[in-house]
Amino acid sequence: MQIYRAHVLICGGTGCTSSGSIGLMDEFEKCIKEANIENEIKIVKTGCFGLCAEGPIVVIYPEGCMYCRVTKEDIKEIVEEHLVKGRIVKRLLEGADAPEVDTSAEQTDFFKKQYRIALRNCGKINPESIEEYIAEEGYMALGKVLTEMTPEQVIQTILDSELRGRGGAGFPTGRKWEFARRSVSDQKFVCCNADEGDPGAFMDRSILEGDPHVVLEAMAIAGYAIGADKGYIYVRAEYPIAVQRLKTAIKQAKEYGLLGDNIFGTDFSFDIELVLGAGAFVCGEETALMTSIEGMRGEPRPRPPFPAVKGLWQQPTILNNVETYANIPVIINNGPEWFKQIGTEKSRGTKVFAVGGKIKNTGLVEIPMGTTLREVVYEIGGGIPGDKKFKAAQTGGPSGGCIPASLIDTPIDYDSLIKIGSMMGSGGLIVMDEDTCMVDIAKFFLEFTVEESCGKCPPCRIGTKRMYDILEKITNGNGELSDIDDLYELAEGIQSSALCGLGQTSPNPILSTLQYFKDEYIAHVVEKRCPAGVCKSLLRYRIIADKCRGCSLCARHCPTNCISGEIKKPYVIDESKCIKCGVCMEKCKFDAVVRE
Amino acid sequence: MKSLEELKAIREKTKAEISLRDDKHDFRIVVGMATCGIAAGARPVMHAFVEELNKRKLTNAAVTMTGCMGMCRLEPIVEVIDQEGNKVTYVKMTPEKAVKVVTDHIVNGKIVTEYTVGAVTD
Ligand SMILES: Cc1cc2nc3c(=O)[nH]c(=O)nc-3n(C[C@H](O)[C@H](O)[C@H](O)COP(=O)(O)O)c2cc1C
Ligand code: SF4
Ligand code: SF4
Repeated sequence: MQIYRAHVLICGGTGCTSSGSIGLMDEFEKCIKEANIENEIKIVKTGCFGLCAEGPIVVIYPEGCMYCRVTKEDIKEIVEEHLVKGRIVKRLLEGADAPEVDTSAEQTDFFKKQYRIALRNCGKINPESIEEYIAEEGYMALGKVLTEMTPEQVIQTILDSELRGRGGAGFPTGRKWEFARRSVSDQKFVCCNADEGDPGAFMDRSILEGDPHVVLEAMAIAGYAIGADKGYIYVRAEYPIAVQRLKTAIKQAKEYGLLGDNIFGTDFSFDIELVLGAGAFVCGEETALMTSIEGMRGEPRPRPPFPAVKGLWQQPTILNNVETYANIPVIINNGPEWFKQIGTEKSRGTKVFAVGGKIKNTGLVEIPMGTTLREVVYEIGGGIPGDKKFKAAQTGGPSGGCIPASLIDTPIDYDSLIKIGSMMGSGGLIVMDEDTCMVDIAKFFLEFTVEESCGKCPPCRIGTKRMYDILEKITNGNGELSDIDDLYELAEGIQSSALCGLGQTSPNPILSTLQYFKDEYIAHVVEKRCPAGVCKSLLRYRIIADKCRGCSLCARHCPTNCISGEIKKPYVIDESKCIKCGVCMEKCKFDAVVRE
Repeated sequence: MKSLEELKAIREKTKAEISLRDDKHDFRIVVGMATCGIAAGARPVMHAFVEELNKRKLTNAAVTMTGCMGMCRLEPIVEVIDQEGNKVTYVKMTPEKAVKVVTDHIVNGKIVTEYTVGAVTD
């Protein structure tokens, strides 16, 4: 579909037609042609805007400005000033200051900086209709690959695109396929990692729900490239809608002969099966995932051998992430050179992020690699609610780290994030404001890893628990300075000796918060104070005698009856009984209760 | 699927069908039906559209579904697309709002500005 820079909407309602809007259309077309911008501007005749008294009316998007009582003579000026130079012709604006409202999602700031490749069909096509997928060039790449390309050419195309895995580690996808192609065996497998365990991330789910066929098509392409005839999608059972859409998609693809035997009349055959995972985080790790598909308990095993040599049932196997696959068909269709134009030198293309936390526009965004965190937070994300200050963002979930406000201009790409102690991860991006305690955040992620550690190897099973206990001690106000040294020591030990990525990366949230927010740790340990006012054990509620009018409101609401005093005299809180619920502070009308 | 030509034929046929210029439908009403949309109540909204169109015996609009557009906090999201391909994005929809969109937008061609993405914040 052709994208236009601006839309000119001319009212074709009865009212405006009678006041002469028809002639306007021709005049617009003429002037736009003269200005040589006819490919950028779309002229549309619309229904009534409901302001017939001011007609004829012309509305120009994306600005959404409404010109009233437009005559033929005004049009040249509108075109030259507004459409060419971007200057609104104020004298023609609607008399009363009409609120400027974006009526289409695409006009909002949320969409302007996005570039949708992996999500291109999400929210656009009906995911339960294979025909609609086909109408959007679906299965054309598979057809092209099978009828015009050799497996080597397919792999070369992916290599040339420099696509890197979107599931976390960022390994070059083409290289992975090449290894698997070189492994000699009669049976090879293609797997899709749809386990999506990173808390807060849901881009894979959205792709599966919004565009399931893209994954099937890409897996078949991968099968052809490495010489496999069987694929597995490992998807968590907690995604019932995704599972159901995948089932529908597989059924349709089989009916159309796009999966099954002799696809496109060639001797290539490919089938895909769904495997439901129970939702253990460690099952997203590649070796654990394969062990789980084999029907055993999902525990990692040492690498090498790598899956490309010995994977599923000891056969050469590739595993890619859902979003990685979603990039494949477009790369085949548009060519690697097209893909390489997007993003940065070492990180080509786009990345989808699930943006959450303290940000106005939470949701799913796809941005070219190299977009800065500032653009994501302030332009796409709309900033922090309540005019609070941006403090940090966490990427990479429990394996990643935080990016502090001082580094908000960091471009988001694989290597820049690693350099500052975080990582891309699968695409969770949690925004934190000034009310967030960084020690508490580290504790939150550690709690997650302790829960999810499979327990196979001691550094992870015992080490993560030890780190968690230390954080607990610090947030409870019992920390000592030596605890911080212990954290460093444990982190180093676990990083170097845990068996799988879950354990190896588990210290990252602690290390990065220590790197950028060590003063907060020190405040907890030395001053027994939580600067953000989050850690309950370190909080004290106190009534300022000078401000207290003795109204007794707080005492009447305190759930533990620990506020006492006489009417019209300052009240006091008995700290030994206070449970720090904060009700007193909320109720006091004179700001006499403070938290410190 | 025996050949690329066969695929291309399906592509052309469906393209014409979903292209916004088909003669049967002046509007396509597209309801976001991913987890976020359904959790926010997209199903009753979709039903309300279908019912209202049936009740008024309107055949100039087709109701269909799609995945997540990324603006999950504004779900249920419904896009009304006219023959020119102009999209109006209605957010935080309810069955009641759906009825008004049918009467104002589908019947009278007037966008219900107050329900659109630019007007509804937080
Ligand atoms: C503990 C752990 C959990 C993981 N979870 C996922 C996951 O949920 N989804 C995913 O795609 N990759 C996950 N990975 C990464 C996979 O092991 C693997 O690298 C990835 O699926 C490869 O695909 P890619 O090259 O396309 O990124 C996880 C890794 C570890 C160590
Ligand atoms: S590092 Fe943790 S999750 Fe990985 S194998 Fe060892 S115990 Fe299991
Ligand atoms: S914080 Fe809660 S428990 Fe403590 S004094 Fe105030 S109302 Fe009572």
